Amino acid sequence: MSKTVKAMVIAGNGTNCEREVAFACRQAGAEISEIVHIAELLAGRVNLEDYHLLNLAGGFLDGDDLGSAKAGANRLLHARVAGSEQTIADQLKQFVADGKLVMGVCNGFQLMVKMGLLPALAGKQQQSCSLTINDGGRFEDRWTWLKVNPESACVFTRGLEKLYLPVRHGEGKFVTDSRETLQRLEEQHLSVVKYADNDLQPTMVYPDNPNGSQAAIAGVCDPTGRLFGLMPHPEAYLHRTHHPRWTREDLPEEGMGLWLYRNAVNFIREELL
Amino acid sequence: MAWRIVVGLKDGVKDARGERVRREISEHLGYRLEKVQTLDVYTVAADLSDAEVEQAARGPFSDPVIQDVAINRPLASGFDILIEVGFRPGVTDNTGRTAKEAIQYITGRPFKIDEGVYTSTQYLLTGLTDKAVAERIAKDFLANGLIQHWTILAADELDSQTGVPVTVPRVVSDSSPTVRGINLQISDRELLDLSRVGMLALNLEEMQKIQRHIADPQVVVEREKVGLGAELTDVELEALAQTWSEHCKHKIFSAKIEYEDENGNKETIDSLFKTYIVGATRDIREKMGDKDFCLSVFKDNAGVIEFTDDWSLVFKVETHNSPSALDPYGGALTGIVGVNRDGVGTGMGARLIFNTDVFCFASPFLEKELPPRLLHPRRIFEGVVEGVEHGGNKSGIPTVNGSLVFDERFAGKPLVYCGTAAIMPRLLHGKPCHEKKVLVGDHIVMTGGRIGKDGIHGATFSSEELHEGSPVTAVQIGDPITQRKMFDFLTIARDRGLYNSFTDNGAGGLSSSVGEMAEDTGGCELHLDRAPLKYSGLHPWEILISEAQERMTLAVPAENLTEFISLAGEMDVVATDLGQFTDSGYFHCLFEGKTVSYLSMKFLHEGVPQMVLPAKWQPQARVEPTFSQPQDLTAELRKLLGRLNICSKESVVRRYDHEVQAGTVIKPLVGVANDGPSDAAVFRPILDSFVGVVVSHGICPSYSDIDTYHMMACAIDEGLRNFVAVGGNIDHVAGLDNFCWCDPVKSDKTPDGEYKAAQLVRANKALYDYCVAFGVPLISGKDSMKNDYQIGDTKISIPPTVLFSVIGKIEDARKAVSMDVKRPGDLVYLLGDTYDELGGSEYYAEQGELGSKVPQVDAETALLRYRTLHQAQQQGVIASCHDLSDGGLGVALAEKAFAGGYGMRVALADVAADAEMRDDKILFSESQSRLLVTVKPVDQTGFESLFRGQSCRLLGKVVAEPLLSITGQAGDSVINAPIDQLKEAWQAPLREM
Repeated sequence: MSKTVKAMVIAGNGTNCEREVAFACRQAGAEISEIVHIAELLAGRVNLEDYHLLNLAGGFLDGDDLGSAKAGANRLLHARVAGSEQTIADQLKQFVADGKLVMGVCNGFQLMVKMGLLPALAGKQQQSCSLTINDGGRFEDRWTWLKVNPESACVFTRGLEKLYLPVRHGEGKFVTDSRETLQRLEEQHLSVVKYADNDLQPTMVYPDNPNGSQAAIAGVCDPTGRLFGLMPHPEAYLHRTHHPRWTREDLPEEGMGLWLYRNAVNFIREELL
Repeated sequence: MAWRIVVGLKDGVKDARGERVRREISEHLGYRLEKVQTLDVYTVAADLSDAEVEQAARGPFSDPVIQDVAINRPLASGFDILIEVGFRPGVTDNTGRTAKEAIQYITGRPFKIDEGVYTSTQYLLTGLTDKAVAERIAKDFLANGLIQHWTILAADELDSQTGVPVTVPRVVSDSSPTVRGINLQISDRELLDLSRVGMLALNLEEMQKIQRHIADPQVVVEREKVGLGAELTDVELEALAQTWSEHCKHKIFSAKIEYEDENGNKETIDSLFKTYIVGATRDIREKMGDKDFCLSVFKDNAGVIEFTDDWSLVFKVETHNSPSALDPYGGALTGIVGVNRDGVGTGMGARLIFNTDVFCFASPFLEKELPPRLLHPRRIFEGVVEGVEHGGNKSGIPTVNGSLVFDERFAGKPLVYCGTAAIMPRLLHGKPCHEKKVLVGDHIVMTGGRIGKDGIHGATFSSEELHEGSPVTAVQIGDPITQRKMFDFLTIARDRGLYNSFTDNGAGGLSSSVGEMAEDTGGCELHLDRAPLKYSGLHPWEILISEAQERMTLAVPAENLTEFISLAGEMDVVATDLGQFTDSGYFHCLFEGKTVSYLSMKFLHEGVPQMVLPAKWQPQARVEPTFSQPQDLTAELRKLLGRLNICSKESVVRRYDHEVQAGTVIKPLVGVANDGPSDAAVFRPILDSFVGVVVSHGICPSYSDIDTYHMMACAIDEGLRNFVAVGGNIDHVAGLDNFCWCDPVKSDKTPDGEYKAAQLVRANKALYDYCVAFGVPLISGKDSMKNDYQIGDTKISIPPTVLFSVIGKIEDARKAVSMDVKRPGDLVYLLGDTYDELGGSEYYAEQGELGSKVPQVDAETALLRYRTLHQAQQQGVIASCHDLSDGGLGVALAEKAFAGGYGMRVALADVAADAEMRDDKILFSESQSRLLVTVKPVDQTGFESLFRGQSCRLLGKVVAEPLLSITGQAGDSVINAPIDQLKEAWQAPLREM
């Protein structure tokens, strides 16, 4: 069993994309890919330590009522696992310290940023960035081009140059607490993916940049490259029929989003097993 | 003690929400403000320490990167007028509920029943000093007085130390729960008064039936045994009013109708529903024999058909018109999450795969003065769209198909249709999953939300026209997250086999859900005092009929009760044992051990008297217009493309997540720039399979003004036409009818009732005729029969409208076809004949005319065409396919061209049209069953041989030059326009909505 890649998606309290994320992990080669309801974690029947890849899926945790993922982050920080003094945040800390992989998509990315897991500059888990209301003031579903930073340490985007994926959010505008933070993100190549125009140039112009994100940032990683989050949905482009123009373009069977999951699974096989 | 936590953005952070509000105030009301800032306020009323409140304020309630926070002091500065909008007591406050839970996680202590967190929003307006204008902005835009209250302060009125005074909108009730006895041995006039004042919506005959029942000595003897007497209790009267409401019992569709046609031929129709709807499905299923794919029709919350060997498909469409008229956001949100419960609550339970939505509004740009109580259509538009957006997106269900239909009469009542599809395993624990049955002794367990006064009289309220006394409690606000948690729990409970049956709590609340489930066993014993409440002080009758949202009722066998309740607790879902299903023959309710309702099941469910309705059909004298053909048909085409019923709805579509669950294969927006209008959606519900669900709809109320028979026929054809356009298999498709009518019961209020009833009869006759002719069974449906507005002398009745929704199958979604032209050189074909049928068309409407020649459907020819098209799609010879509907050939050509990014060159002389039809009529006729396809030159022979003997004409081809050029029958150029220009005309009208 030591050669088994184990992926988990946490579900419950308003996650929505858990099924397709679990499917993506399986398609990418993970032998085990499980959807685990948060009640199972809180009851102590399932522990994060038994997995290699943790997925925080898109959705609306607690309706995003207090701001995207805020109430969700609060739960992970404060709710105790039955029969212990441990929180899920504690388990997560250990998971990260063990060098395992975490990917947050959309609401999952918001959750990671608001818990301080991303970008975790200088290894410190303290919130330095945020995702706030789109400049347009509204939720939007539209496909976007992403330019991948080739110099990033991000494990998930290794060897990739570009991605075409849908955004589906109302609070996706990436902002930092200071110019300095932004500068460090750029210098350390933690700004992994940026909204780009048709020529693959990062852009601040709507709708190619759908939300007004600072420096066109769509996703960031931590300095180890093992924690990664992004607003666009890779699990929404696994097969050519997911592409909005599949009826008119010659496309490979496999969708671009799958590449991220495959990189993760390959990394686990090579480095963690 | 209560704290006010105020959260606002730091200096320099863009307030996108405030900016949007500023823009919309200008667009809706015409006030140009310099700036609008927004702040969130949490009023916390609970037993907490200052430190705990501080921890919540700095933790979950605010974002340190972008926000500042203040406790019990103001944060507002740099403004002229402050408006704070909060909820009225008892209105569902989802954010307040989440905030409360967040504090509970921090402290580890649960709130007590009357503790809570209440949210409000502060709007800081700059560039405005007139408080009267601020009042108008609050009343007509920021708040809805039915559910919200507001405070307006000028900058110098805000206390700089304490800010806006603390108010806690807690529900305060000093009345203790009581049960009133009601003496029914009173005069007819008093009976009617009782019904009207009590919002019971029962007519005299029904009140008399109840009066006689309760006076029956036999009944009195039985009642005395359980401690009741010869008076009915308020609990019983309310239960009867809910169960017998038009909304629940469909009294008009069940009525005996005395119908007379224009030639004086008379017939008696014993129930439209049984005769035409159930009748059509019965006849079609008989004809299909062993190919019958229907599994459960008309008996459950939704219809069920076969999908694959392992899965069944569930579909339901509801309307939520009356609540949406009063509170567009809450009404529409509740509409969508409500229909979701129908989908889930079918059989032993299903998993939701997508939503559909169709709205009928008056123009958002309407400039007329509106009568009292009506909201401006722009507000309704905005609120409804946002409600469905939150309902669908937050629930993780893609919204894949819909329409917006405009007619000024929808100002009187907007129509909000919400649909939902789901899949369920064919077999569950070895038994068909679409079946369920309550057993005697099963416990009545309610799960999900708690009960409040919300939604009381929703069922009876929607059974009347909108009038002065329409109750505010009829408005409810849904909570997608509480519901989602419940669904997650119910899926596990289903798979563990913990319950025997379940249904949702919708209209009528527990009274309906328990009442219906108890029919399986023949009785129930329901303890109302055990129900979990949002706040204290509810009377037993209120608990019974409250329509508080997110609740389902289950039948749980005694041996599973402990496991069921404890699983619910673990998953943070409220579940409460309220009693048992029995075979006593009685709907027996108790409160604190005392009987408060003892109605025989038979009287409750079968007691309602059948209505008798006169109907007389007299065709209206309509004439064809006489205007001559306009000079510039390109200009006419541009005008049509910009009409509200035709123009792009992209701004709305993008607000709906149409891709979550990763199954949407044909999306609502397609083409080279992802912005062309799809005919229908194709969805793959099983991630590792390519079998697809196809969903579409037809709706054409404008034809009703000529003849509802043809309106219905056209709606059916349009639904099927859209379905086949993308690749749906016409031999595996089901229909679903949603009637929205104006009151057809002749009375002083409705002197033309006989005509409206005849319109209803004719629509039903067409429904039967065309479903049978197309072989499309009906599997579920709904009717909403009181879509009128009446206050004083002003009456607005909606045009009779039927939404015909279509769901079916495509064997391999990779063979689906989109509507956009694909490449230069492809050949353009028109399938189907074009007739002089412009009555009720968009073209005539643009000229200010109605006309008389309404389109008619030839089902036999159409069916052959649709079957052949499916064959061609299976063979892969169709490059693109688009149906012709509003605006006819001209609009379809333009849409195909600009969606694909190429021009087209076509000749009207090649259209198979009526002799001597003018060019403008050929271009804009709305003759049915027509489709426009493009075919690669290499596939020409194969394609043409498939359609040999059918109406199939080569009109021209796709060209690289981005120009739509159409030559008239005389060979002259009648349309010549760059496709970008046409696209702009089509995109402009609703772009900024």
